[in-house]
Amino acid sequence: MDHRPQAWGRPRDDVYGAYDGSYFQNSGPKFATQSPVVTGTSVIAIKFKDGVVIAADNLASYGSLARFTNVKRLRVFLDTTVVGFGGDVSDMQYLDRHLNELAIDESYENDTTETAAATTTSSSDPSSTSTQTPNNPAGSLNAANLHKYLQKLLYRRRNDFDPLWNHILVAGLDASSKPFLASVDLRGTAFTSPSLATGFGAALAQPIMRRYAATEEDAAKLTREQAVDIIKECMKVLFYRDARSLDKYSIAVVTKDGVELKEEEQLEKQSWAFAERIHGYGTQTV
Amino acid sequence: MPGFDFSNYNRNAALHARGVPLPKATSTGTTIVGCIFDGGVVIAADTRATSGPIVADKNCEKLHYISPNIWCAGAGTAADTEFTTALISSQLELHSLSTGRKPRVVTCMTLLKQHLFRYQGHIGAYLVVAGVDPTGTHLFTVHAHGSTDKLPYVTMGSGSLAAMSVFETQWKPKMTQDEAVELCSQAIQSGIFNDLGSGSNVDVAVITGEKTVLKRGYVRPNERSQKLKSYIFPKGTTAVLNEKIIRKEDLGNYVSVHELSTTEEGGDKMEVDT
Amino acid sequence: MFSQNPIMNGPNYSFNDAPPKANAPEGARQHRFDPYTDNGGSTLAIAGADFTIMAGDTRLTSGYSINSRYHPKVFKIGGTTADQHDATLVLSVVGFAADGEALKERLDTICKMYRYRHGKPMSVKACAQRLSTILYQKRFFPYYAYAILGGLDDEGRGAVYSYDPVGSYEREQCRAGGAAASLIMPFLDNQVNFKNQYVPGSGEGHALQERERNPLSRGAVEILVKDAFDGAVERHIEVGDGLQMMVITKNGIEEILQPLKRD
Repeated sequence: MDHRPQAWGRPRDDVYGAYDGSYFQNSGPKFATQSPVVTGTSVIAIKFKDGVVIAADNLASYGSLARFTNVKRLRVFLDTTVVGFGGDVSDMQYLDRHLNELAIDESYENDTTETAAATTTSSSDPSSTSTQTPNNPAGSLNAANLHKYLQKLLYRRRNDFDPLWNHILVAGLDASSKPFLASVDLRGTAFTSPSLATGFGAALAQPIMRRYAATEEDAAKLTREQAVDIIKECMKVLFYRDARSLDKYSIAVVTKDGVELKEEEQLEKQSWAFAERIHGYGTQTV
Repeated sequence: MPGFDFSNYNRNAALHARGVPLPKATSTGTTIVGCIFDGGVVIAADTRATSGPIVADKNCEKLHYISPNIWCAGAGTAADTEFTTALISSQLELHSLSTGRKPRVVTCMTLLKQHLFRYQGHIGAYLVVAGVDPTGTHLFTVHAHGSTDKLPYVTMGSGSLAAMSVFETQWKPKMTQDEAVELCSQAIQSGIFNDLGSGSNVDVAVITGEKTVLKRGYVRPNERSQKLKSYIFPKGTTAVLNEKIIRKEDLGNYVSVHELSTTEEGGDKMEVDT
Repeated sequence: MFSQNPIMNGPNYSFNDAPPKANAPEGARQHRFDPYTDNGGSTLAIAGADFTIMAGDTRLTSGYSINSRYHPKVFKIGGTTADQHDATLVLSVVGFAADGEALKERLDTICKMYRYRHGKPMSVKACAQRLSTILYQKRFFPYYAYAILGGLDDEGRGAVYSYDPVGSYEREQCRAGGAAASLIMPFLDNQVNFKNQYVPGSGEGHALQERERNPLSRGAVEILVKDAFDGAVERHIEVGDGLQMMVITKNGIEEILQPLKRD
């Protein structure tokens, strides 16, 4: 028996091998988020002729547990852009706070009210002045700018080996007021497409959306109603087949008139009638 | 000794532990589907076989014969789907001869799942089993670990989600044969164009109480484009360091020669690009 | 014997039981963040007598899924403005897309700064050396990108410089990069540099004369590029959707887009 209290309660060397003291060290590298904890599943979006429709369900999962069922994963930026978050929810909330600060700074920089109006808008790109809305003066960040900003942010974090564990869609309008939709992931890889989906949606919803909008030209022919119907159809299929999904979701439509965000949508017209005709998994007949 | 030969198991495990990689099997990273209609069942498959990121076969057959009224679509390791279906096909034929009855789909499904369960997933065969027998129309999936499922429409392989997205948006109960064939074809094409593991053409098999119709190359949406230039070299372009000519009469000195009549074709001709 | 203190009793374990190194815990490795992925795709560059053609497919993949059917890999570099209308150089990058884009933007900035300071565009030769330095600066956390730089040299001849991810580079007549490089490169050796081609009847055995290498015309090169990519699309799953070509001549840079198979 070893009399030193430091040795009490420890696994015996002769049975378990020497105790690995390295687990007690507090020098060495600091470990940041190396895996997601509370997560959101797919975000899906499609362009149409004068804007973008984007949707994500309201679930935050903790592993296989449906932990929080009222989490809003679509975030409006400056009334002109919607950012949809898949992946880690804590990292999403960090980015949300960061985007809030950014939006406030932007609003001060580009204050169009009263006296400031004349000076700030004069230097801006002439093509975008016609489409400005009260809350997005020309010269402030549009969706394309914001996407580039987020891409740089996420790429920087991957370079620091401290990634933000998110896959993000950015929906809005670009500098020439055309519909803009782009994606960026935790490694800072950015890309665009007429329709986009993160996570499970990339495998299940993207084929549906590509049927309607295989190319930019196809997407430019879609009406707002068609685009919303396609997104709703995709959300339904995702609820059928994605085990980490919910039938309550948020949907946003971004056009030059601003953002219309609904956060309490319920899936409609589900069909589970086929289930009654299924008996067993093999030889069973009743 | 019947069955698998494990005599090299220890040697291979030792080599593997020292970092020798396992040989790469051809896999049919695939889209396969099946769908029941009023009076029968349809199964369909794409025709791409891959080895890693390389296309090993652009027009392979993934619809396997079990018995005249039962067919299988296979995903996973190409050799495993091929041999497993052939093995069960043969067992079912013998069973059918000894009982004097038509083979049943549930029998096929049970033989497959028991065989696969025994090998705990090491036989990488993922199958869609479909057929019509005296008890009715049946459609199953069988996973490599031995689990099965019975549903009105099924998909499997790497393109299963792309294909399922078509079924989940367009399937309806009580379809006609033509509707089911079209739906399955659309599901496979969804896999072909959205899943990199799937590609080339759509094969379809329609099984009804009367007969089975195999439609090889039902849709061919990916014909190879014409080369813009001829790559024929003038004769003598390749360097020859030495030359030895063996005349046909002297061929017998080197190998045993059997003349075959040129009129009758023995077996399938290999597809050759011209 | 039951002591926990190695200093008192010496180590109570054999070398096989030695605890793993302090800063590399065995179990932690598995779930650690991997900063790299491969986004597939392929690139190709051929230099002619008075032009250079840079090409790449436009598919962006991750695993078995297609992220985008139009994601360019070939970029104009070093113009005075963002639209690059007066650019003279072209860079293609393939591998990990985020690194590729970061590399492109760094080189573009450097070329722009040079142009602003010196009042003339950077030469390919100088830009090629600079790119090599940029890549080697990240020797121990490399840009996972296979870069090819194309332009016209001081004499107006086509110039292609190819790189490995850590900055080793070489001027070449032609180069294929990325997923289907191993499929396309042998074709290029044979069709551009006429490797393994001899003049029929010019001699016996080793005395045979090699087929004379004469520079290809622009039309011939465009055909070779399209045929090379059509072949790669047939046999590589990560190549497809669209073919983007940049033709660099003394009159400027022309961009050509053509469809490829989408399966």
